Amino acid sequence: MFEYAPAPESRAIVDIKPSYGLFIDGKFVDPIESGGFKSINPATEETLAEIAAGTSADVDAAVAAARRAYDKVWGPMSGSERAKYLYRIARLIAERSRELAVLESIDNGKPIKETRDVDLPLVSAHFFYHAGWADKLDHAGYGDSPRPLGVAGQVIPWNFPLLMLAWKVAPALACGNTVVLKPAETTPLTALVFAEICQQAELPPGVVNIVTGAGDTGAAVVSHPGVNKVAFTGSTAVGRNIAKAVAGTGKKLTLELGGKAANIVFADAALDQAVEGIVNGIFFNQGHVCCAGSRLLVQESIADEVLERLKRRMTTLRLGDPLDKNTDIGAINSAEQLSRIRELTAAGDAEGAQPWSPDCQIPDTGFWFAPTIFTGVQQAHRIAREEIFGPVLSILTFRTPDEAITKANNTPYGLSAGVWTEKGSRILWAAQQLKAGVVWANTFNKFDATSPFGGLKESGYGREGGRHGLEAYLDV
Amino acid sequence: MSDRLSVRKTYKLYLGGKFPRSESGRTYLVNTAEGTPLANAALASRKDVRDAVAAARKAQAGWAGATAYLRGQIIYRIAEMLEGRRAQFIAEVRQSRGGTVKAATSEVDNAIDRLVWYAGWPDKLAQVLGGANPVAGPFFNLSTPEPVGVVAVVAPQTDPLLGLISTVIPAIVSGNAVVVLAAEDQPLPAISFGEVLATSDLPGGVVNILSGRVAELAPWLASHSDVNAVDLAGVTDAELSTDCERSAAENLKRVLRPGTEDWSASPGLDRLRSLVEIKTVWHPAGV
Repeated sequence: MFEYAPAPESRAIVDIKPSYGLFIDGKFVDPIESGGFKSINPATEETLAEIAAGTSADVDAAVAAARRAYDKVWGPMSGSERAKYLYRIARLIAERSRELAVLESIDNGKPIKETRDVDLPLVSAHFFYHAGWADKLDHAGYGDSPRPLGVAGQVIPWNFPLLMLAWKVAPALACGNTVVLKPAETTPLTALVFAEICQQAELPPGVVNIVTGAGDTGAAVVSHPGVNKVAFTGSTAVGRNIAKAVAGTGKKLTLELGGKAANIVFADAALDQAVEGIVNGIFFNQGHVCCAGSRLLVQESIADEVLERLKRRMTTLRLGDPLDKNTDIGAINSAEQLSRIRELTAAGDAEGAQPWSPDCQIPDTGFWFAPTIFTGVQQAHRIAREEIFGPVLSILTFRTPDEAITKANNTPYGLSAGVWTEKGSRILWAAQQLKAGVVWANTFNKFDATSPFGGLKESGYGREGGRHGLEAYLDV
Repeated sequence: MSDRLSVRKTYKLYLGGKFPRSESGRTYLVNTAEGTPLANAALASRKDVRDAVAAARKAQAGWAGATAYLRGQIIYRIAEMLEGRRAQFIAEVRQSRGGTVKAATSEVDNAIDRLVWYAGWPDKLAQVLGGANPVAGPFFNLSTPEPVGVVAVVAPQTDPLLGLISTVIPAIVSGNAVVVLAAEDQPLPAISFGEVLATSDLPGGVVNILSGRVAELAPWLASHSDVNAVDLAGVTDAELSTDCERSAAENLKRVLRPGTEDWSASPGLDRLRSLVEIKTVWHPAGV
């Protein structure tokens, strides 16, 4: 085997300022109380910038700005004018996509090939798609002239910082709402560049407000009495607390929460394709994906062969510098997340499952975790029940299709599932039986602006994307 | 014939297709709107709630697995059975809610017409709420509505028959099973409606009807972890409804909050849409 030559993407295109304020009413402003935190590069632990920690006073200001913009400008504006702003934003994102992809990799730790080829194309596609809805809402299936809700308070996670922003902001604006968005504290930088893009697009002040901060800031956003709609993507535990906080307020709520997706491989599956799908299902974005295929269910008769092919494929995965174009697996987003992954894998070990990882060099600085699979996993094991949110796959087996479905559905979550078989009737049957909002058959981890995404059971409620996603931002 | 002693009806629960008394043995006196005694109704307990949820869970998969065509036919059959007992229901609704014969007649007729309207929905819901998604790539991508599962309903406190039908029927259209707590002070038409359901080909357990106290039972419905959605239409106390919403958050139930609906107005799709999940299936297209 030849060694790969390093192929780093240049970071010269990105200009990171030493510090950032909050984006309120069209301007970057200092937080009312001083205080902030550092955003670091998880691959190097280098400090990237000082980020303002917004307090409830800042959230008040942001909600007030959003309300003014909603009442005076954005609410009364015609859909066709709103559409033009969204098209402008979509174009600007596409034009600055290389810069944003590099910045996303630096701030998040995810490989450039994913930010460049997956995140950014989807981000601009979301704005393009929703731009087109802004003047066609009468045709969306919610009756004539469906009304916006008002001010949307949105809290997004660190795993897909800019994509989650797009999923939240684009439909909100298309439907005529204004927004106050809180990015995750470990990955705020691309949201702040997005604020610059809003300025560049001459979006009216107050339509988009971005308040950086940690959990307290997010709590202030979702519990603010001036917010009419709350949207959250993140953990089930936090989502549950938000649902409680919103109870009795009449605010509309959508939640995209955790998952523990089953990826079911039947004996007649095309094995090489299935192995690619397994790898993509769990190692895409270091497994920091709520719909990751983290529970592999393999039919017993092919389990050994699948395992052998999977191991062989995993030895070709390249872990390292997120900015290297050959990198498959980047850095874990934070020290905190790394310790959670370590805690759960240690539990897997202690409960009797057998871990395996390919030989792979772990860099000296930064947060890293080698791609890992566990065999001999039982349904009661923590690694089969709890969301690990890292590059760790639990492998279980089954004998009959019914057993596969029973095991797949044996979880409080219901976000996604995978099915691998060459038999069409089996796919349709399994897709019907699986309790999951998204089912990928003979593929995995596919997303599109036109395709609704969201979960059942404790994976939350509401859909994002497609015609169905509009419902979350309309008074219906 | 005028000296004949009338046979008074005992009102029981409708649970798993049967009419049991409350396991607690309790009953409560139901009065007319004018305050004269009408009859005793079963005062359901927490255990009855649990039994009803268990019955609903048991029935749900079979009901969801029936063809949409069959679900539509059965809902139409419910309308037929109600039409056949129209006079009885007009009398019963009028006794319960008071007011004019005209008002009671209008409520029962609305209820029958609404059943007919919903009878047409099971085999159209997937076409109207679902659809193909034109994703940017070589994939077949289809979104379809599916039932959420077991739905707990606190029926509206007004319109004892129409309110119940307007909350229960949209839930079963898509294949959910329901546990409904009838209007607290006017439960009798609801229990009689159970008799309509029992003779209508609707499988036992798909709809389970309890009578009792909202303040006592709604919290158990909202906190039951085998319930997937809760419709708080009939919870008139704001504090209680907030508490129910908060308990529903524990397993992230879907919540329909109490509103200010006019139950005689055209229902629209909101309730149908609120009680389904959209499932999206991807498959590569290629050779």
